[in-house]
Amino acid sequence: MAISAKKSMTGDIVRGAILASLTKMDPRIMIKNPVMFVVEIGFVITLVLTFFPDVFGGKYGPNEWIFNLIVTVVLFITVVFGNFAEAIAEGRGKAQAEALRKTKTDLTAQRSKTDGTYEIVAASMLKKGDIVRVEALQMIPVDGEVLQGLGSVDESAITGESAPVIRGAGGDFSSVTGGTKLLSDELIIKATVDPGESFLDKMIGLVEGASRQKTPNELALSVLLAGLTMIFLIVVITLEPLAHYVNGSIDVATLIALLVCLIPTTIGALLSAIGIAGMDRVIRFNVIAKSGKAVEAAGDVNTLILDKTGTITIGNRLASEFVPVGKHQREELVEVAVMSSLFDETPEGRSIITLGKELGVTKERESYHDAENIEFSADTRMSGMDLADGTVYRKGAVDAIKKFVNSRGGQIYPDLDEKTDRIAREGGTPLAVVKSSELFGLIYLKDIVKPGMRERFDELRKMGIKTVMCTGDNPLTAATIALEAGVDNFIAEAKPEDKMRLIKEEQALGKLVAMSGDGTNDAPALAQADVGLAMNTGTAAAKEAGNMVDLDSDPTKLIEVVSIGKQLLITRGAITTFSIANDVAKYFAIIPAMFASVVPELRALNIMFLTNSKSAILSALIFNALIIPFLIPLAMRGVKYRPMSATSLLMRNIFIYGFGGVITPFVGIKVIDIIITWLGVAHL
Amino acid sequence: MTLAGTIGILATIVIILLLSIPMGKYLYHVFSGDSTRMDHVFHPVENGLYRLMGINASSQMDWKAYIKSMLLVNLVMLLFAYLIFRLQGSLPLNPDGIKSMPWDLAFNTAVSFITNTNWQNYAGEQSLSYLSQMLGITFLQFTSAATGFVAAIAFLRALVNNKSRWIGNFWVDFIKIHTRVLLPLATILAIVFVGLGLPETLAGAAKVHTLSGLLQTISRGPVASLEAIKQLGTNGGGFFNANSAHPFEDPSALTSVLEIIAMALIPTALITTFGMFIKNRRQALILYVFLTGVLLVGTFVIYSSEASGNPMVSHALGIYGPNMEGKEMRFGPALSSLFTGATTAFTTGAVNTMHDSLTPLGGLIPMLFMMFNVIFGGKGVGLLNILMYLIIAVFLSGLMVGRTPEIFGKKIEAREIKLATLALLVHPFIILVPTAIALITKAGTSPILNPGLHGISEVLYAFTSAAANNGSAFAGLNGNTIFYNLMLGVVMLIGRYVSIIAMFAMAGSLAQKSIIPESVGTLRTDTWSFGGVFLAVVVIVGALTFFPALSVGPIAEYFHMWIG
Repeated sequence: MAISAKKSMTGDIVRGAILASLTKMDPRIMIKNPVMFVVEIGFVITLVLTFFPDVFGGKYGPNEWIFNLIVTVVLFITVVFGNFAEAIAEGRGKAQAEALRKTKTDLTAQRSKTDGTYEIVAASMLKKGDIVRVEALQMIPVDGEVLQGLGSVDESAITGESAPVIRGAGGDFSSVTGGTKLLSDELIIKATVDPGESFLDKMIGLVEGASRQKTPNELALSVLLAGLTMIFLIVVITLEPLAHYVNGSIDVATLIALLVCLIPTTIGALLSAIGIAGMDRVIRFNVIAKSGKAVEAAGDVNTLILDKTGTITIGNRLASEFVPVGKHQREELVEVAVMSSLFDETPEGRSIITLGKELGVTKERESYHDAENIEFSADTRMSGMDLADGTVYRKGAVDAIKKFVNSRGGQIYPDLDEKTDRIAREGGTPLAVVKSSELFGLIYLKDIVKPGMRERFDELRKMGIKTVMCTGDNPLTAATIALEAGVDNFIAEAKPEDKMRLIKEEQALGKLVAMSGDGTNDAPALAQADVGLAMNTGTAAAKEAGNMVDLDSDPTKLIEVVSIGKQLLITRGAITTFSIANDVAKYFAIIPAMFASVVPELRALNIMFLTNSKSAILSALIFNALIIPFLIPLAMRGVKYRPMSATSLLMRNIFIYGFGGVITPFVGIKVIDIIITWLGVAHL
Repeated sequence: MTLAGTIGILATIVIILLLSIPMGKYLYHVFSGDSTRMDHVFHPVENGLYRLMGINASSQMDWKAYIKSMLLVNLVMLLFAYLIFRLQGSLPLNPDGIKSMPWDLAFNTAVSFITNTNWQNYAGEQSLSYLSQMLGITFLQFTSAATGFVAAIAFLRALVNNKSRWIGNFWVDFIKIHTRVLLPLATILAIVFVGLGLPETLAGAAKVHTLSGLLQTISRGPVASLEAIKQLGTNGGGFFNANSAHPFEDPSALTSVLEIIAMALIPTALITTFGMFIKNRRQALILYVFLTGVLLVGTFVIYSSEASGNPMVSHALGIYGPNMEGKEMRFGPALSSLFTGATTAFTTGAVNTMHDSLTPLGGLIPMLFMMFNVIFGGKGVGLLNILMYLIIAVFLSGLMVGRTPEIFGKKIEAREIKLATLALLVHPFIILVPTAIALITKAGTSPILNPGLHGISEVLYAFTSAAANNGSAFAGLNGNTIFYNLMLGVVMLIGRYVSIIAMFAMAGSLAQKSIIPESVGTLRTDTWSFGGVFLAVVVIVGALTFFPALSVGPIAEYFHMWIG
């Protein structure tokens, strides 16, 4: 799905959207968008005026209907453009939903009967609690928990990630999703959902926008836009009496044109498209947000709680330094360390070989094919290699190696303990290295902070978001990693309750908290957090508790989600500001035109030198319609968000969308006026 | 324009700003519950009043209880004043034998004074007894100012509450503003006014023989006491028909400057009080700078327009120099311009010059100031309007920085926007709709004395003044008809109470929100850039609404005068 989603507008989507933008003209649908509904009513009235110019009384010239017809057409186009924006945004979701539906159909399941045998049923018949068996290369028919077995699963249908993942009974990797494919072995699965409630069903609903509700900020903005529309309705309706008093009259089509130009049609037309596109962007990041509200809340987050292991650090301890002891030189130590790890396939062992290579020590396994590899065991807490000539290489926990050396009558250098302590104090793990009975020194294993994390935390800080690292490590180790990663705060020796307590404390201060988690014991905290991002690899309980699920199981995605949330609000704010700022120029175009016959002195306000009244009104109206499709790409893509202080961000956006919004229509209206004058429309 | 005039305008504004800071601090201490040095003087008086009225001074009210008490008191006072005006002919203190008012005029007048508008469809010296002037007019000038003031204070408390619904006790606030602010200040100012030549007497009109041997009736009365609260309470309703152009209300340039300072004192001081409540003086500074800036620009537009005179008069009659029509020689163009700007910015409505006779641009500015209704604004309600615009500005710019907008740490959500939009909507509605109705009905058009473009300006001005609860008038409109008495009365009521109720409902919801701590991601409202955004929102949302109407009124007149 994710792969197909990355293709943006296809011909099908556009064709579907054109059709949808016409069916959306149904007044019962339009009334949900008060701004555009007013435009539609205006369209109906001017349509009537095209055929019956004098239906509202007044004296009209023989060619009045042409002007009315043009106004009608432009109003029609305005409504269609608005609907088109929404339909395009929805269309992308619909295409994704189609792809998902294809995955869903025709699935069958082997359901367990009471006598222990299995029957073949349609997957849609499965209920919560049913036990099913899945064999290698079959599709998993339902969301569930693995009861028995261990196997690799291809989840690319859901995540777009082609590398298979391991799913097995017990632990935090026991949840499977319907529509994914078992590649090996056999699993016995207990269904955890009823028909129609599966993850796939929910995703289809989400991407289609079927369950879309207005988010809180969108609701507030809609209220303001409706209020502005009311104000301008009052302004326009009261104009005719004013003109009437000085023995003039303004025709209804012109009044409607002024009204449509003044009400915030630009943002009114694009508002729902911005919301849908925002959700769509989240989905394209492979994050499923259960509601738009959660995405908006992400933009407001004050505190971000991240687990250390797997999120901030790579999760494996890697060699970062060789510390020789006693009379030994580093070169000797490196040689011994590399030898002790030659057959070690653990990430730690690999990292020692890599670091050794960087320091110029390379050993080939082939040269030691007769050597015996000694695996790590919990018992000895050492690993290494025994050569055929009797030489032994070992590395392991310092106390275990000490015992090993003592038993062989070797010497323990006095600086060993001091150096061991230093490494432990700095949050590292010391491994002692020995060749036969001679202790050469220590390997400094370190929790490695993922590359780029520091910069990301700096970015977050610029956004005003505080990061807190949670770790089970001791305070010393935690402090070292915290410093290195550049987080603002940390909790060491953290238990799940601590996370919960931290969230509640922050929330009591009025802050919004985001966290990510995967285990069942994270579920309460995920539910408590304002934004809870659950990992797709996590348990069903965690996925249920969070309000977002990350299909790639990358906890650092929270940062992207925060950006998308902010971008969503910025886009709405920017286009609203642009829309309102546009009114200045439109006033200067229409007011002198409108009162041209009544108060000829007002031609002094025609500062754009538009050809005549008709061309001025039409130019403003056409500009008003054209700006909508012009801004659709911006609405879809979102205004670019760069982390910076709120004041500089405001100034930047005010400059672009506020000043830009004042100036653009002056230019645009003038250009349109020149074109329609050249086409001869102005003198019809 | 002259150098002396320019310096005079600037000096007066500087004095106002310098006085507003200590005054604002004093107001903060009185209403934030701090103890003040004057407590031992005021406590016995206030406690006595609490006991007398059965008020439990320590009890707290939520927004609904607060506004219920406020509206109830206002209703009772409205009826009281109405009865006095209706019955004044048969009541004492009526040395000049003035008749009772007809019902429509009494309604308009009572509404006008309870709403702090002070629109006057009557001539004070001919239509009101001394009892009415004192118990009707002067009394309401105190209480209506107090009502607006306590509304703002209650809103400020709600703004700084952290999840608490209590916003103070209306009765306590209402008494304190009288005992600690309005009564002492008005008393001192009245005595100063008496010293500067304003009459204060209960004796009837003086009958004097003029040098030419004719008999002249000179109206007088308890003028100084009314004049003091008329300005301090941003009321504006004069004792005499000519208001502050009358030599007994405003005998000299000095009293005129004093009156300007008096009307500006509390509205400007409230900005300091506001800054102290939210513990952010920078916010107050930003507002001071932008609001004073608009006031100065507007005042100088009036001044330069008046000083340039009227080219049509120059052409036809060969008269050059400033436009002196409707102006008093003792004030001159500079002081008249400042008074005009101030009385509409602070929505007082007192006039020392006839606004109808201003040049088109000179008349446009007072209309614009009343349409903005936020250039400091009237007592208390001005601050409420400023807050309403701040909330809308914060909402738009908050979205643009990518967070749910917050004002002073409180989230602005659909409910707040709904109420702010209502408050925003009501102003253009009650200006434009009644203006339109007046211009298409015979009842509305027949009292217009100058038909044509200026007639539109006159009607538009009247409803703008009523909606903004200002009370100043473009003369040239005979407002004392049933149509205008009722229409203006209703507009004044809506203009006053709908926005107060909407803002109070918002206070109720803001009070209970928790305050979100500030971070770099928080949009700061105490910056120059945000001040600019605030101003842009006021101009684009607030004033552009009226651009079409203004363009057939004063703007058309302007072009007509200069290029037509």
